[in-house]
Amino acid sequence: MPPNTSEPLLELATCSISFGGLKAVDSFNLQLFPGELVGLIGPNGAGKTTVFNLITGVYKPSAGQIRFGGKLLNGKKPYQITACGLARTFQNIRLFGNLSVEENVKIACHLHYQTSLFGSVWKGKAYREEEARQHQKIESLLEVFGLKQLSREKAAGLPYGQQRRLEIARALATDPKLLLLDEPAAGANPQESRELMALIRWIKEKFKLTILLIEHDMQVVMGICERILVLDYGETIAHGKPEEIRKDPKVIEAYLGEEAV
Amino acid sequence: MKRLAAFIGFFLLFLLANRFLPEIIDPYYLHLFTLSCINVILAVSLNLINGTTGQFSLGHAGFMAVGGYTSASLTFYLGPKIIATLDFLPAILAKNFVFLFALLGGGLSAAFLGLLVGIPSLRLRGDYLAIVTLGMGEIVRVLILNVEAIGGARGFSDIPAYTNLFWIISLTALTIAAVASLTASSHGRAFLSVREDEIAAEAMGVNTTYYKVIAFVIGAFFAGMAGCLFGHYLQLLHPNSFTFLKSFEIIIMIIVGGLGSIFGAVVAAVILTLLPEALRYLGPVKDWRMVIYSLALIILMITRPQGLFGNWTPDFRRWWPFRKPQPVA
Amino acid sequence: MQEFLQQLVNGVSWGSIYALIALGYTMVYGVLQLINFAHGDVFMLGAFFGFYFSRWTKIAQEPTLFGFFATLLFAMAACALVGVIIERAAYKPLRERPRLTALITAIGVSLLLENGGQLLFGVDPKFFPSLISETRLYESANLVISNLPVIILVVSLALMLLLRFIVMKTTIGKAMRATAFNREAAALMGINTNNVISFTFLLGSALAGAGGILVALTYPKIDPLMGLLPGLKAFVAAVLGGIGNIPGAVLGGMILGVSETMVAGYISSTLRDAIAFALLVVILLVKPTGLLGSRVGEKV
Ligand SMILES: Nc1ncnc2c1ncn2[C@@H]1O[C@H](COP(=O)(O)OP(=O)(O)OP(=O)(O)O)[C@@H](O)[C@H]1O
Ligand SMILES: [Mg+2]
Repeated sequence: MPPNTSEPLLELATCSISFGGLKAVDSFNLQLFPGELVGLIGPNGAGKTTVFNLITGVYKPSAGQIRFGGKLLNGKKPYQITACGLARTFQNIRLFGNLSVEENVKIACHLHYQTSLFGSVWKGKAYREEEARQHQKIESLLEVFGLKQLSREKAAGLPYGQQRRLEIARALATDPKLLLLDEPAAGANPQESRELMALIRWIKEKFKLTILLIEHDMQVVMGICERILVLDYGETIAHGKPEEIRKDPKVIEAYLGEEAV
Repeated sequence: MKRLAAFIGFFLLFLLANRFLPEIIDPYYLHLFTLSCINVILAVSLNLINGTTGQFSLGHAGFMAVGGYTSASLTFYLGPKIIATLDFLPAILAKNFVFLFALLGGGLSAAFLGLLVGIPSLRLRGDYLAIVTLGMGEIVRVLILNVEAIGGARGFSDIPAYTNLFWIISLTALTIAAVASLTASSHGRAFLSVREDEIAAEAMGVNTTYYKVIAFVIGAFFAGMAGCLFGHYLQLLHPNSFTFLKSFEIIIMIIVGGLGSIFGAVVAAVILTLLPEALRYLGPVKDWRMVIYSLALIILMITRPQGLFGNWTPDFRRWWPFRKPQPVA
Repeated sequence: MQEFLQQLVNGVSWGSIYALIALGYTMVYGVLQLINFAHGDVFMLGAFFGFYFSRWTKIAQEPTLFGFFATLLFAMAACALVGVIIERAAYKPLRERPRLTALITAIGVSLLLENGGQLLFGVDPKFFPSLISETRLYESANLVISNLPVIILVVSLALMLLLRFIVMKTTIGKAMRATAFNREAAALMGINTNNVISFTFLLGSALAGAGGILVALTYPKIDPLMGLLPGLKAFVAAVLGGIGNIPGAVLGGMILGVSETMVAGYISSTLRDAIAFALLVVILLVKPTGLLGSRVGEKV
């Protein structure tokens, strides 16, 4: 299924990082091809979020290379990586809590603005046109995520589920090619999970995205992922199609403990 | 075009104010007005650093001092020479040209210090940054004490009296307008995102390093100009005017106004400049005025920690009679 | 060499006073993450409490060693009381509020003590009685060691050891450390964190009171604003050592005291007030958490 003929969009080669004595991620390899939707699963503390943090430059890998569209990301700052076309959401929601829904998304558009500091103070024609353009884009994004009515609300005041959706909308506003979602279905009930699955599929087509997804909800993971990687104690213990992963004894052991096997 | 016309209109208006206000208003009130305006500039510019960008600076008096002393040196030492070479201009124009030059010099030198102070903000957070900025302010003050050419411990006296109502009003208006417009722009939202969550801001493509430093640079620039106005108003600069107590005073203004609210910063700066003056008239309790002031501050913090206005800014455009009709949400 | 020794003795004794005050800053910061700007003014109150006490009890007229210790203890007790009152009245209502609010309140309390002090004690400096008559312990060509710096050093070291005993060996000390480590968890474990916080203010303020007396022995001119700069520098000392860290405060105080006396002695006494801050900037740029401080980065 991975179209091996094309270049990988994202490639991690033997990436490692430790915190104190703990090897949080140990020579991790990953190839993501354009248009894929890949799941990253594993028990609590396996190192999934840490992989995201390595990709987005929040942590520096102690070894290994990260390439995006052939370009080396090592040593780049997080904002530079985002500008390359890579956006993420956070497991523990990190919205700009005191700002409105609309402002949250607008901030993510900031990297597309051309106007200088002085230009934005003077607010000339070019700036106003740009602002109007971005405003249109944001309106339609918020529409898709069912947040348009709430665009003036303070982000911190939204219910949990909507905060998660706003995080995705905000990430999309950076116009990414690759979207990293960290447990988007956390705290959702089955009905909401199903809606979320549909939404993820839909935005993937609409925005021509490649998606890497961390999720504990197996319904969601098995439902939408084309490929799954399983991490445990920082190491990749399994890799394959959902049906294969479901049956893999190593995965069952990692999740349920030795006795269960 | 419309904007240019507005600028010219305001320019003429301020010139008229400069010409006629002193004739109709008591000098004591003009004095209070001038001091209030200088504090407004300081509060609004500090608000950009502390309120909008969420960095904790306790060194604003240092920026003011550098701007004041640099500009005073310019007008005191270079000014006469420049005026001499500009002898083809009417004297009043030459004088104000020199002052414009000094204002820019004061602002830019303070902005340069802001750049230096902004750099620690990249490595330090919260309280650590606060104490380092406070320290930088004190270092500036002690260094000034040690330079004889600018008066050292005696203070810098005989500064030409270039500050007039025109400059006071224009610069106050300019500061408020520029900072408000910046805050309400795309770059302004980037400042806000740094305050709200640095990690998320970076992840959304905001160069937080740049915005933290630039907040210090811009804030310091305006504080430097305030220092210039201050020095050329009193015709005297003394290191004791720029201790950390002055920085505290400005911080208190923006907290009382409501951190992040430009409107609040302006109102609080005016109130807190006038309050100690007003308390002078309380007769027997006038010795108590500073005690009352500090008690009021404590009580305000306990009862209304978000300040007088919180985040609230009145939407002045709503009252503008010529605005285009807005679509209703 | 001898001159250097002379400066060193003075520096260490001066540094031990910084350390005493810095301990109060650091302990309060440890449990509350609050820069208690009023702490320097509590130090000022210590000097004034001592001044009035020694006058009122006539200790000032006939100084004895006992009289000195009585004054010291009185100032410490009175400052401890003031510290607890400040905490209960001004800071406790703000416990769950943003830290900035508490910080501004601390500045307010500091202004209140300074201005209230000017109202109560008068603006003009008062002369602190010489409770200990100065004698020379050692004298040679250019090294004079008088009893004052030695007494200051001994008293402050004794107080620091006492503090260390309280923090490390007693139940309340253990509770303090637990509260500093994680206030919520400590509360869940049944520790009355409110009492612990008050106790922390009590200890810190008592030390500041002692500092006030010791400073007044060397610099007898006392006035209501005397706490401003030493207080600030003691805070700098606490940050140098790593704020929240008790040995760090002592280390920072000593470094600061010695470098200040050295700069004043060898370079210029007007630069003396800048050295604390220059040191601070340099050290924090190299090690952003201070010399002995450590802090784990934020988890994302
Ligand atoms: N900044 C950090 N400092 C120290 N340890 C860390 C840090 N970040 C992560 N860790 C540790 O690394 C390990 C992996 O953490 P990570 O957050 O990647 O797990 P995860 O797979 O996302 O788990 P979960 O499913 O609970 O989100 C954990 O043991 C965690 O405690
Ligand atoms: Mg995780």
